[in-house]
Amino acid sequence: MGVTLTVQPDAGRRRIEELLRQNEDRVLKRWLEITAAVSAGQADRDDTAARLPEIYQALRQSFTGEENLSDLHGLLAELSRSRARQGFSPAETANAVFGLKEALYEVVEDDGTPEALRGFIWFSKIIDDLGLFTFETYAAAREKIIIDQAEQLLELSTPVVKLWEGIVAVPLIGTLDSARTQVVMEKLLQALVETGSEHAVIDITGVPAVDTQVAQHLLKTVMAARLMGAECVISGIRPQIAHTIVTLGIEFGDIVTKASLADALAHALRRSGVEVAGSRRTRVALRTEEA
Amino acid sequence: MTSSGELAIGGSSDIVLVRQRVRAAALEVGLSLVDQTKIVTAASELARNALVYAGGGRVRIEIVRNGVRMGLRLAFGDDGPGIPDIEQALVDGWTTGTGLGLGLGGSRRLVDEFDLRSAPGEGTLITVTKWTR
Amino acid sequence: MDRVPVLKLGDVLIVSIQVDLQDQGVLALQEDLADAVVATGARGVIIDITAVEIVDSFIGRMLATIASISRMLDAETVVVGMRPAVAITLVELGLSLGGVRTALNLEKGVALLNSSEDTQIAAAAR
Repeated sequence: MGVTLTVQPDAGRRRIEELLRQNEDRVLKRWLEITAAVSAGQADRDDTAARLPEIYQALRQSFTGEENLSDLHGLLAELSRSRARQGFSPAETANAVFGLKEALYEVVEDDGTPEALRGFIWFSKIIDDLGLFTFETYAAAREKIIIDQAEQLLELSTPVVKLWEGIVAVPLIGTLDSARTQVVMEKLLQALVETGSEHAVIDITGVPAVDTQVAQHLLKTVMAARLMGAECVISGIRPQIAHTIVTLGIEFGDIVTKASLADALAHALRRSGVEVAGSRRTRVALRTEEA
Repeated sequence: MTSSGELAIGGSSDIVLVRQRVRAAALEVGLSLVDQTKIVTAASELARNALVYAGGGRVRIEIVRNGVRMGLRLAFGDDGPGIPDIEQALVDGWTTGTGLGLGLGGSRRLVDEFDLRSAPGEGTLITVTKWTR
Repeated sequence: MDRVPVLKLGDVLIVSIQVDLQDQGVLALQEDLADAVVATGARGVIIDITAVEIVDSFIGRMLATIASISRMLDAETVVVGMRPAVAITLVELGLSLGGVRTALNLEKGVALLNSSEDTQIAAAAR
């Protein structure tokens, strides 16, 4: 064939724009057929079918100026979200967008001019970018859901409870990572201010293991609480954790540690001037009654 | 963005200004309260360092993005004598001035990324970044 | 330049820092307080930093210095109202404020001074 690709890039682009305008009905119909072939149910087909003409128009608009691209991106993002909700994989959605290439190619083939062929390469690249854009939108939406859930999980797992007037406690349960420990500690310190509590108990009975970073965070929290004018007691340290802390060479210094939450509470009560009647000490009362 | 820009550090009143501008930018980025406080404190330390050791300098405040995470980047530059031994300058308690020597090492612990470039006679450029969690 | 007012209540001096202090302001406060302790014969000093959004090493050092000077002049210093974010940042910075006593709020600061012997706030405090 005597096709020489010495065609001006602009000429190719103009030809494609013309073909898109002149053959709108044909291309759109073919595009719908192609996407329908990969769509599962009638409802999904209808939803996608309703969106394609709009996207087609927005795409043509986007050729007229740089600022018109945001409309197109908006529509594609919607398409991506709606199809994601219907259970399509991001690849299927991208494929639906790529289908426009196939639809247009039939028109380009009929046209047969070198301009159209040259222009089709340009058009192809644009559609590839748009397909990838739907993929990115999907990934970003997923990532946001994951971040939100992680945050909700943090909120869920970190209650700060008031044990007594002036004593708050935070029972830690499960594996502690650095981020979670930080959030718990901030909440604890905030609770000290809000409740005016001078004593805090950090109970780690439910924590299977700690690493250096987590131990450091615990330590920093106790120091921060002191700077604010409150005292922390750490309770429920398991033997393995005590072993880890000592092995890691972390200096717990003069931080008060207690075996159980109950002991920690008794300690905090004593420190805040509350008298605890020792129920554990068995008292035998011998009363001699005067007859 | 609105909070980005460059500020000159010429006198101790500028340290207060740097703190205010960095706080505004940190709010815009969406840093948590604790992280805001950390980056503002680091900015205060580094601005004072530029003033004390180099007689002044400048800071560029920039909002950066990495995927879905936003960040605040501060670049403190000065044309002072420079730091001959960077390792030593980062050690807590080390100072050639009258301070506590916590400025550099302390600031490094308050941020997520810390980059120090300096050579004797060529000034110092310290770039710090704090990312949203 | 903003000067922080020093209030006297019984034999306790109270300063409440409400503005973002310039370095000169910090140094001026340090001097004013030392003068006031001597002039009034105060036995206690309370520095309220409830409104303070950041404490860097300069301000931290000022707090420690005030505490040391006051102690030399026979007055005890209590820093009250430090915000959690400020406390976390100070710990990370490596500043422990050794020798400075702290309390959650003004009320607890007063109680802390009252519990130490010699210091009594006059009936006016009630």
